[in-house]
Order: sequence, then C-alpha cells, then structure tokens
Amino acid sequence: MSLLVFKPEGIFCPPANVYIDPWRKVERALITHAHADHARWGQRHYVAQEHNEQVLRARLGKDISLQTVAYGESISINGVRFSWHPAGHIPGSAQIRVEHRGEIWVASGDYKVENDGLTPAFEPVPCHTFITECTFGMPIYRWQPQSVAFAAINQWWMEAAAAGQNCVLFGYSLGKAQRLLSGIDPSIGPIFVHPSIAQMNEALAAVGFQLPATLPLSSYNRKLHGTGVLVLAPPGAADGHWQKKLEPYTDATASGWVQVRGNRRRQSLDRGFVISDHADYPGLLQAISATGAEKVICTHGFTALFSRQLREMGLDAQEEHTLFMGEGGAAAQEETE
Amino acid sequence: MKAFAALFESLDRSNSTLSKVAALESYFRNAAPEDAIWTVALFSGRRPKRQITSTQLQLWAAEVSGLSDWMLAECYQQVGDLAETLALVLPEPHANSNEIPLNQMLSHLQGLQQADEGSKKAFVIDQWAQLPTTQRFLFNKLLTGGFRVGVSEKLVAKALARVYQKDEAAVLYALMGKWQPAALSLEALLASDAASDASKPYPFFLAYPLEQPLAELGATEAWQAEWKWDGIRAQLIKRADAVYLWSRGEELLNEQFPDLCAALQDLPNGTVLDGELLCVENRQILSFNALQQRLGRKKPSKKMQQSMPVALMAYDLLEFAGQDLRSLPLRQRRQQLKELLAENTSSALLLSESLVFEDWQQLGLFRDQGRAQLAEGLMLKRLDAPYEQGRKKGSWWKWKVNPLSIDAVLLYAQKGHGRRANLFTDYTFALWEGDQLVTFAKAYSGLTDKEIKAVDAFIKANTLEKFGPVRTVKPQLVFEIAFEGLQLSKRHKAGVAVRFPRILRWRQDKLPEQANHLHELKVLLTPGV
Ligand SMILES: [Zn+2]
Ligand SMILES: [Zn+2]
Repeated sequence: MSLLVFKPEGIFCPPANVYIDPWRKVERALITHAHADHARWGQRHYVAQEHNEQVLRARLGKDISLQTVAYGESISINGVRFSWHPAGHIPGSAQIRVEHRGEIWVASGDYKVENDGLTPAFEPVPCHTFITECTFGMPIYRWQPQSVAFAAINQWWMEAAAAGQNCVLFGYSLGKAQRLLSGIDPSIGPIFVHPSIAQMNEALAAVGFQLPATLPLSSYNRKLHGTGVLVLAPPGAADGHWQKKLEPYTDATASGWVQVRGNRRRQSLDRGFVISDHADYPGLLQAISATGAEKVICTHGFTALFSRQLREMGLDAQEEHTLFMGEGGAAAQEETE
Repeated sequence: MKAFAALFESLDRSNSTLSKVAALESYFRNAAPEDAIWTVALFSGRRPKRQITSTQLQLWAAEVSGLSDWMLAECYQQVGDLAETLALVLPEPHANSNEIPLNQMLSHLQGLQQADEGSKKAFVIDQWAQLPTTQRFLFNKLLTGGFRVGVSEKLVAKALARVYQKDEAAVLYALMGKWQPAALSLEALLASDAASDASKPYPFFLAYPLEQPLAELGATEAWQAEWKWDGIRAQLIKRADAVYLWSRGEELLNEQFPDLCAALQDLPNGTVLDGELLCVENRQILSFNALQQRLGRKKPSKKMQQSMPVALMAYDLLEFAGQDLRSLPLRQRRQQLKELLAENTSSALLLSESLVFEDWQQLGLFRDQGRAQLAEGLMLKRLDAPYEQGRKKGSWWKWKVNPLSIDAVLLYAQKGHGRRANLFTDYTFALWEGDQLVTFAKAYSGLTDKEIKAVDAFIKANTLEKFGPVRTVKPQLVFEIAFEGLQLSKRHKAGVAVRFPRILRWRQDKLPEQANHLHELKVLLTPGV
C-alpha cells in the first residue's frame, strides 16, 4: 500500500491516520504552509512549521489546536516519522517528509528554488516518491533572477515619484507582499500597506522576520505625504475605492503569469513584474532531479502536460487532482496562492 | 534592435495616447534616421516580405529547445502567439551579443530571399542565440509578418512632426502611399508630396459610429446624408497622365481593377476622388460577394471584367486642377464634384447622391430601406466641415442598419487561446432543416465572462463526441446570432454564408426546437427584407 494516498479529504497517510493539507475537515492536519488552499479552516488539530504560529492563528482563529515543529525536527505518529523542510515558497513554508519502514515520500506543498533572501531557501530532500506542485510546469515560464524584477520595480517607482504619481503594487498578502517589501528599495519613499498585509507583517515579525517599516494605508493623506508613495495591496482588494485618494497613480502586479504578454495586458494594469513564489519550469525539473525520486506525482497546475513531460524523460510520473490552486491558473487569475 | 525593442516595450505598456506619443518622440529624437524610417514603415504595416514559414520556425525551435512537438504546440495554445511562444521557450541567449541595428536586421532578412533553406535556418538560429527575449520576440514578429503595437499612423506622424518641427497634417500626408524604407531617407520621405510622388494618396477621413440621438446633431440643414455603400473605400488619383487606385489600407489596387483605371484615364490631371468601389452592372449594384471575387483576383480575366464590372461611387473631391481642396467645406467640395461628374460619361464613375430629407424622422425611414439598397446604412456629413484625417468624432458619422439576426443551436465547441485556453469559447451554430441541424456560422464573441463560464461548464458536461480539439455538444443551448448580410455559398453546408456573425445574446428562454429553420435564413437572401 502507498504511504500517501489521494482521498476526497486530501493527501492521506494510512499507517499514521493523518492528512497533509486536507481540503475537507479531518482529525489531524499536517500543514505545508499557511496559504488558504493548503491550510483550511475547521480542522480538529493542526501541525505546522513553527514560523506559522501567528500567521495560522491570525487566519484560522486564535484558538485552533496547533502544534509547531522546527525545520528538520521530526515527530512520530504510529511509527511514521514526519519532518518539515524548507520549501522556499513563503515564510514558514515546508515540504513534509514522510518515512515509514525505510520508504520515504515527500509532499512538496508549494515551492520555489530561488533563494529570495527572506524565506529559508528550498532544500532538496532525497526520497523515493516526490509529490510535486507544477503551477508553472510549462517551458514558457522561466524566471529571471529576482534582482532583475526588483530593479524594474524600483525604477518604476522612482520614475513615477519623479512624475508626481503614486504607485500601487498588487501581491498576495501572505508571502508575496513580504517578499516585495524585502526586495524593494525602501529609501525611494514611504511604503503604505493594505490592512490584510499589515496583519501578516505583524504575524511574521512576531516570529522574527525582519521587514522594512511601513505605514497603514488608512493613514495616507495627500497633504501629509504628498505623492511618490508606494502602496502594497492584495489583488482582491482592488475595488477602486481606496485607490481614488491615491490619484494620480500607476498600478502594477507582481506575478508569474505576466510572463506571457497576453496575460499581462489582460490585467488592465499599467505594469506587470514577473515575480513568483512558485518554481519556474527549469526549477521544477531541477528540484525533482535533486530528490532522486523514481516516482513523481504531479499536483497543482499543468499536471497532465508536466507529468507527460516527466514520463518522456524516463520518470515514473502521474498526475493527481487536488483542490490546490497555484497562482490562480491561467483561466482564473483571481485571488489564489 | 535594442532601441526598437525598448520603444516597443514602452508602447506596449502605456495605455494613454500621451505617453505613446512621448515614447515615440524620444525614440525618434535618438534613433539613427535609417532605423527610424524602418520603424515608421513597420508601424504603418509596411512589413518586409515573408521569407520563412511558421512550420519552419516551429521545427527549428523544437530542435534548438529540445522540446517535443506536442509540448511546443501546448505552449503555443497557452500563449496564443507563435512569435512570443518561441521567444519564451528558446534557450537563454548568450550574455554578450552584438547589437544589430534595425535597418541592418531588415536588410539581412530581405537578403534571405535568395538563400537556401540551410542558410536561412543557420541565420535564424544564430539570431535566436544572441537576442534577448524582447528582441527575439520582435525578430520573430518580423519573420512571421504580423506586427501590431496599437499605434496609429497618426500618432507616429504626431511624434515625427514634433521631432522634425513640421506640420502634423503634412507629415501624415507624407507617410501615405507606396515607399520603400530601404530606398529612401527619412528626410526625403518627410518632404514627399504629390509633386515628388504623383501616386501619393491623401490620408482618409474616417467616420465614427453614431451613438447619440439624431436630434443632438442639431438642424438637419447642416448635414448631408448619403447611403453608406457596402463596397471598398477607395481613393482614385489622376496625376501626371496616370491613374492610381488606393484602398484604405494603402494598397495600390490598379492590378485588380485595370478596367476601372482604363475607364477613368480621361479624368483631368490633378484630380483626386474619394469614394466606394462597387460592382455595378447596368447601373445596378451587385452584391459584395461579386466585389470580393474581383478583389481576390490579382489579374482578372476579360470575362470576369465583363461579368463583374466595377465602378467608383464618388462622394468627395479632394483635389482638383492640382489644388488640394481638403480645407474647403464639404458644401463647396460637393459642388465641384457635381460639376466634374456632370461632364462624365463613363459608367465606371458614379455620384453618390445625397438623400433629400425634411427631418430626422424621415432620415430614419431611409435607414430602414438600407438593406434593399444594398447599403450598410447611412453616412452623415457636416456640410461646413473640411475633409479631416484619420478617425475623428464630430463631422462624419456612420449610422448602420440594424443587424440581421436568427436563433440557432450550439452544436460544436472548441477551446480558445491565451487566457481562455482552458475554456470552450469558439462555437459553431446550426439551424434546423427538417429534423436535422445544419451548421451555418462560427462565432467567438458576444458573451460575458460569466456566460462563457456557464457555457463552458455545459459543454464539458454535455459532450457527445470528440474529434481532436472539437467537441460535439448535446443540441440544447439556443443563441441569437447577429450578422451583417448573407450570400449564397457552395462551400458552406447550409448553402449560404453569413457576414460578421456574432452572438447577440443567449436565449435561455428558448428550447432547441424553437430555434430557426434554414429556410428562414435563406429568405433573408432577398434584398429588401
Ligand atoms: Zn498552493
Ligand atoms: Zn502557496
């Protein structure tokens, strides 16, 4: 019998009777990271990497039953050993390693291979079977080093500031926002953040993540702060209402999807910067090969194409359907993680 | 290529006319004139002749990238543009490549005409290995021909006028017609006019669709109304003993219409007419279909010239006796046009008569007869307005007849491109013939995002058969399909072909049995219905 199986509730480990990132209510949920498609509300008990302590409580409720573990630390459940290893996706994100009677599986959760300088970098974990995400599992998705995108963002902000405009940059409130904050040059001007981002910043600062100082968006006042400020907000918050007081402004998104010109243009924003917290296509291939796994299970993205590609490369690869959502999927680029 | 790519990027990301002109201006200020003239040519659709096929490009890209054909095809489906797909999937270029100026790149490309396939391939692969992504995308665009940047000739002229301190209208005029960027300096181009190039057409003035109630146009006496003919907009020039016939897309049509050019050879020198090309037999206008057949034939046979004779339905006089009349009010231009045509005996030149109407309501009655006149609707022109250039609101309006429409059943569906690559968005519709459904039109647009999602879900749940990318769907959904006209067609199963079909609305109130029958569509073939 397989060590991990895909059930309607989620990824299940029969000998331990626990689930990884379940999307239905279960007794015990092992969590790879705090994004909403992985850490869902209503589980009886949660186990997660320790950096998620505040974030999970902020998102799922103060009183959730939560056990935390450090990276590399292992816990044993019914003779199955579970450990959490850096996935490089967002602060606190982990791959979950599962070992039982000499057989090792790794569930990747979401990951990226580039070290973003904020989140502990992705560590390849040797295993027999690797459950990988493949949000960007097509060769058209290939990222430049993040320094290229940050240079472009800084330049965009400087030029806008010089022209008397404000900047509105959209990115998910958990992960993308903090990565942007840690990569953007804060000396250009004041940075304001949407409340949902402020809440996540606080939760991460409490466990030791250092982020530049920001101001609450509600405190922005044209007379006090002038123009040339940068505002970070989650994509779902773009209702046009609060943007009004920032006029004149230029807006942009930071996402892997804008690698494709058509996607970029359809955002109907002024700019699109290619920054993703998911591995690009070469990154996925590199990560898979580093695990040494013979068997690969693809979830989360272009599963059919990517698993076919892996099979052509000689791997035993298959796809499994999950309710994970990647960075939105090409068809639905709304608020997903 | 570097500066050209930077210009492309800033045009691509700017969504205001102001910033587009600013980007063009700063490009023209710094660009070498021999590159600048190519940029003007490319942005106005004067592209180099295609030397390499898409199939060749895909083969070579698969070879260089090591990707399987199926993966490359999936990438293309995802991106929706071949040039961009290839630019994205090819291996990272060398770090320090040589800069090739735009004009040199284009002369290289033109030089490929004589080259064998091997050297074409070597050249393309070498460029791919050198050019950074955006330049590689543009290079692929140059190879594949299509080039759209959302910049009108008018904006280009505006920027050039600023940089070279010239009159904008004069620059726009200078850019018209046939010129070879490889054989001309930018300076000479900007200075060109009818004196230096007798064939040079004037920029066309284009009408906006009427959006407001007619009453807002004010007094009827200020307006001239004519039929909006269902032909091809054209400008006919007679200068220096030669006739030139231009389409709105600035194509010289002399070859397709030698009969018309010969018939109008006797017009006085220094005459320019604006009008509509139509097939006209014995003063009777033929359907657009006939004109389309004429247009498709580069050198029409004598027989075709006789069975489908063409005429110019003239509605404006832009130049007479070598004088540019465009700044005169329409009233005066019209008077001169009438005088000129009064002496005309050729059946190849007709006057587009103005309609006599008392009030706006009466004009509405004219519009209702549009289809019977084989017209697309009405044109409204201010009598005191000069002949302007480009598309401009105010003095010319087009008022189209209401489209025809029919209720049809969704029968086949196919996935879209780009963002909609995962949704079924391309539909084929059918009408009843007895108890059979016969397909008659394909349509892509017209639904809201929400409707598209709902239709997509229906298709996925109600697929009867799959043929490659095409699915046969349970005949259940009914849509009202609008179209501009129809004609007999042997190529179509239904025996008729509709023009510009689009989805008007989803008839959720109708059962498939309530959709229309094919004979109800065919009835519309008769003009006047
Ligand atoms: Zn995810
Ligand atoms: Zn995630």
